[in-house]
Amino acid sequence: MDQIILQILNGLDKGSAYALIALGLTLIFGTLGVVNFAHGALFMLGAFCAVTFQRLLTLSYTFLDESQKDFLGNPLKVNVPYVNDWFGPEAGASIIDWSVPLAILFAIPVMIVIGIVMERGLIRHFYKRPHADQILVTFGLAIVLQEIIKYYFGANQIPTPAPQAMFGSFDFGALVGRDPGAIIYPYWRIVYFLFAALLIALVFAFLQFTTFGMVVRAGMADRETVGLLGINIDKRFTIMFGVAAAVAGLAGVMYTPIVSPNYHMGMDFLVISFVVVVVGGMGSLPGAILAGFMLGILESFASMREVIEFLPGINQVVIYLAAIVILLTRPRGLMGRRGVMEE
Amino acid sequence: MYGLNRKDTVLLLIVAILVAAAPLLLNPFPDTSAMGKTFNAGYPDLMQRFVIFGIFAIGFNILFGLTGYLSFGHAAFLGVGSYAGMWMLKLLSINVIPAILFSIAVAGAVSLIIGWISLRRSGIYFSILTLAFAQMAFSLAASVLTPITGGETGLQTSLNDPRIMPGFLGGGTVNSAGNIPAPSLLGMEMSESFILNVGPWAFTFNWGYYICATFMLLAFYIAIRIFRSPFGLMLKAIKSNQQRLNYTGLNTRPYMLTCFVISGMYAGLAGGLMAAMDPQVGAERMQWTASGEVVLMTILGGAGTLIGPVLGAGLIKYFENIFSKINKATLEAWFGVFPDWMTDLLVTLVYPFIGKGWHLTLGLIFMLVVIFLPGGLVEGGQRIARLFRRGKTGAGALKPAE
Amino acid sequence: MAHLKSTRRGVLAGGAAVGAGLALPTIVQAQSYLNEPTGPSVILGFNVPQTGPYADEGADELRAYELAVSHLNGDGDGGMTGTFTVGGSKNALTGSGILGKKVEYVTGDTQTKPDAARASARSMIEKDGAIMITGGSSSGVAVAVQALCQEAGIIFMAGLTHSNDTTGKDKKANGFRHFFNSYMSGAALAPILADNYGTDRKAYHLTADYNWGYTTEEAVRTSTEAKGWETVAAVKTPLAQTDFSSYIAPVLNSGADVLVLNHYGGNMVNSLTSAVQFGLRDAQANGKNFEIIVPLYSRLMAKGAGANVKGIFGSTNWHWSLQDEGSKAFVKSFGTRYGFPPSQAAHTCYVQTMLYAQAAEMAGTFNPCGIVEALEGMEFDGLGNGPTLYRAEDHQCFKDVLVVKGKENPTSEFDLLEIVEVTPAAQVTYDASIFGGELGSCNPGA
Repeated sequence: MDQIILQILNGLDKGSAYALIALGLTLIFGTLGVVNFAHGALFMLGAFCAVTFQRLLTLSYTFLDESQKDFLGNPLKVNVPYVNDWFGPEAGASIIDWSVPLAILFAIPVMIVIGIVMERGLIRHFYKRPHADQILVTFGLAIVLQEIIKYYFGANQIPTPAPQAMFGSFDFGALVGRDPGAIIYPYWRIVYFLFAALLIALVFAFLQFTTFGMVVRAGMADRETVGLLGINIDKRFTIMFGVAAAVAGLAGVMYTPIVSPNYHMGMDFLVISFVVVVVGGMGSLPGAILAGFMLGILESFASMREVIEFLPGINQVVIYLAAIVILLTRPRGLMGRRGVMEE
Repeated sequence: MYGLNRKDTVLLLIVAILVAAAPLLLNPFPDTSAMGKTFNAGYPDLMQRFVIFGIFAIGFNILFGLTGYLSFGHAAFLGVGSYAGMWMLKLLSINVIPAILFSIAVAGAVSLIIGWISLRRSGIYFSILTLAFAQMAFSLAASVLTPITGGETGLQTSLNDPRIMPGFLGGGTVNSAGNIPAPSLLGMEMSESFILNVGPWAFTFNWGYYICATFMLLAFYIAIRIFRSPFGLMLKAIKSNQQRLNYTGLNTRPYMLTCFVISGMYAGLAGGLMAAMDPQVGAERMQWTASGEVVLMTILGGAGTLIGPVLGAGLIKYFENIFSKINKATLEAWFGVFPDWMTDLLVTLVYPFIGKGWHLTLGLIFMLVVIFLPGGLVEGGQRIARLFRRGKTGAGALKPAE
Repeated sequence: MAHLKSTRRGVLAGGAAVGAGLALPTIVQAQSYLNEPTGPSVILGFNVPQTGPYADEGADELRAYELAVSHLNGDGDGGMTGTFTVGGSKNALTGSGILGKKVEYVTGDTQTKPDAARASARSMIEKDGAIMITGGSSSGVAVAVQALCQEAGIIFMAGLTHSNDTTGKDKKANGFRHFFNSYMSGAALAPILADNYGTDRKAYHLTADYNWGYTTEEAVRTSTEAKGWETVAAVKTPLAQTDFSSYIAPVLNSGADVLVLNHYGGNMVNSLTSAVQFGLRDAQANGKNFEIIVPLYSRLMAKGAGANVKGIFGSTNWHWSLQDEGSKAFVKSFGTRYGFPPSQAAHTCYVQTMLYAQAAEMAGTFNPCGIVEALEGMEFDGLGNGPTLYRAEDHQCFKDVLVVKGKENPTSEFDLLEIVEVTPAAQVTYDASIFGGELGSCNPGA
């Protein structure tokens, strides 16, 4: 029982990442009708916003410490971050400590700008082109983006820890009446789940309760008519692309303490997020969220020792197996609409 | 000729001549020159890869180019074919023919099953179904199925293979030198080459390459026949409007399934040839990136055209094998004639795009081709040809090129 | 028609004046082995991961190779050529290349995929005329390329590969490995673990689901169980996994008090990060402190895990903080040229190049069969690992193994591991036949 609750928590956590990426993908597909293979790269860029921000905070000057030696026996070069000088060593250290959450503020404008530039500069020219062309050009873009990141940051993972205060785990056991210590879950992962839930709620509220969102939804349903009403729907869609990029980017920023980022992390998520979107039903926002969490939980259960012993290898294929079963029983995914992407 | 109209015969002949002369054409620079050391591609491994991936892409194009169904799991058939061929080389005989035939058969059977299920859906749902099957095949091959597939290391021939056929048919566990025998046909190993030195040039005529090339020409010929057949017309009709066909009371699924299986068998042939040319099968040739690669090859070259996929395959393999090998020392040698500061500048400018940066160049090329040449390289060729024709006959005399 | 094995250069020559297609080839000179160098230089093939997850290790390997080449050609400070001894006497490397031929090299990208690695190696052999292939950062690649070199008739000097298979079940006459293996890691770690954590421990293994993972789990299990440990469970994790939470979460309630992470590279960084997040390092189980073990450490990778490695035991082939003359010379030479200390991958690659050169000098030829004969049973010292034997039966080096642990108070970004114990070679030596496999016979290619 404890194990099952633990795996549900794990699933919600994994599902948060899947759902956030799938949400962005679906926003782009739903509004612009573009299959964006560079979406994983946006997630990765978000994570590297956190890395860059950490680098910015730790920008340092160097002095030679004669009392210590480096590996060649020369005086050791000691780096001191400027923030330590400006705010004092303690405040400086705690600012650096909180770099990942602070990076959110940095990532939102950066990602929106990246999204808008991408849409205006490239994607715009591909609205009327076949999906295969869209896939190819965005895939090419994804490769280019990740190679640029690799060029500057290297191929290895870069540690970006959560703030010290978020270390440690929360004891769920006591909360739900189990033994203390039986179900503990890391704070940061709980934060990630709550953050994802909040972000999803914000996007839905934005679409549901603002005039802007209403127009966008109308545009998703019937672009031409909205255009005929004299509304500049293109501009709004461009902004939605920026929003989708920001959602993916924020998912990436907050993910960095869970898995240290490297240039390849976007590609690792790309296939899985497409499976999530399709299982949820192309173009359906609630479907994407539902499928994200569902597949996350399923994957967690399949990685339990008891399950693997019974069905070796199931942990590696369960998502694909689920996708096949769902698509065969529900032709348009869980909540898909008729006639979308079937031609 | 052989059921082809004049235009197609000419195309086939041109391809045949190009393929036959590839060892000459791909080594345009003297062997020992700096250009030759870097850009010559006429060595057996790469030439074999060109035609093998050409076959793979031709097969993929029969499905995607004709019907518009985008399979994102085609590498699975290539991988299955490779494993099947490899097991023949291990169990039966080191002769490549049984291995290749078995590869085709097994890949055909697997594609029948996967196609039968996946073709229940269309559009992106079909793509995801094929992707899911291929990813499952890859994950299992790399882990749980290690006894059959050799896991992540891959499957190889070994000193303990039975190879039950009699010796003159390629049986036998070890060769005369006490080593593992290499795949062969008619008593000649795949790696055997005839090297022709003409002045500073060296041209390598490799036995394995010509076997692959023969299969490729056969595959190309069959593809032309399919494109021009009533069956091919039916597939094109499915691409333009499957619903309308269904409404006329026509059941399109048998046609689709046949097409899918043919395409899978092409992949199996490519996989079998890969195992025969280089007896090692790694699971990663089934990964989604490998499936993606054949999609890229086809679109890059020109989907739906006969020759496009082959060109796309050639270009991508050229990049992977030639550009990835240029290192900083090579660059410094190239630009060494300039003053030092200029050498440094040029090396700094060019270095990110070659060697370990070859992915970056490839990504940029995808983008440029898709943006400016939606019809792929074939469209590029047509545009150039049109320019020349315009030059001769003046504007207005244009006929839509096919 | 005369047909020959894929010998590259100078086999047949046609009159240049005759039209290309009509040239009548004549045999000028037969090669006694594949890619026999005829000019003033000899070409080595450095096949390292330049793209993909191990690209940074590959880059470090390449730096080591470039350094080795310059030392062989007599440039720079000579590095370990000054300390390297064979059978007690000075090495034969004079700084004039190998056998008087200037060393040149070509590079290729393995992408850490066996298929791609073989393609790249084949192009070096067929196109560039490389006489020896070396490098790589994974056992899958090593086994695949080693088999290729055996078929083609080229020497393969393995880079970083730790699976028992490379010189066990999949060993080949033309292939040699300097790096240590899973068995040695297990044998070196077990006594240290027993000393530090006691003999009454219950271990939980997480194992990367591929060949290296299997051999490492097997090695650590057998050696720790011999010390009285009990293995509670061993769970296989997908190689492509990045978030290990669902594998880590059940560990604490499983009754185990030690977690063994049979993971390497990105897998190791991620699983260790997850384990630390779930509080395993501070946890108590069975009345003891919970412990984590990483059988194979890599400093480059440990960097990605940041502070999470502190106090965690593992093993490594070599570390730059070693104080013998060879290591010091190498670190100085490498550090001066590149500005940071070399990794164990760089070290093993540098050493392999030196050993190959020495073997060629001793054999007086580049013929693979001569090289094999020279390397088999070679006893050498001064290359950073103490006295070492290249065992003839399986082409594996036997040398001391370093047991290390994550440093508590690193003084620099390179100072991540501290050496706990240098386990003597005798303690990690095993019988050559235990892993099966056959070397076959050396293949000179022609």
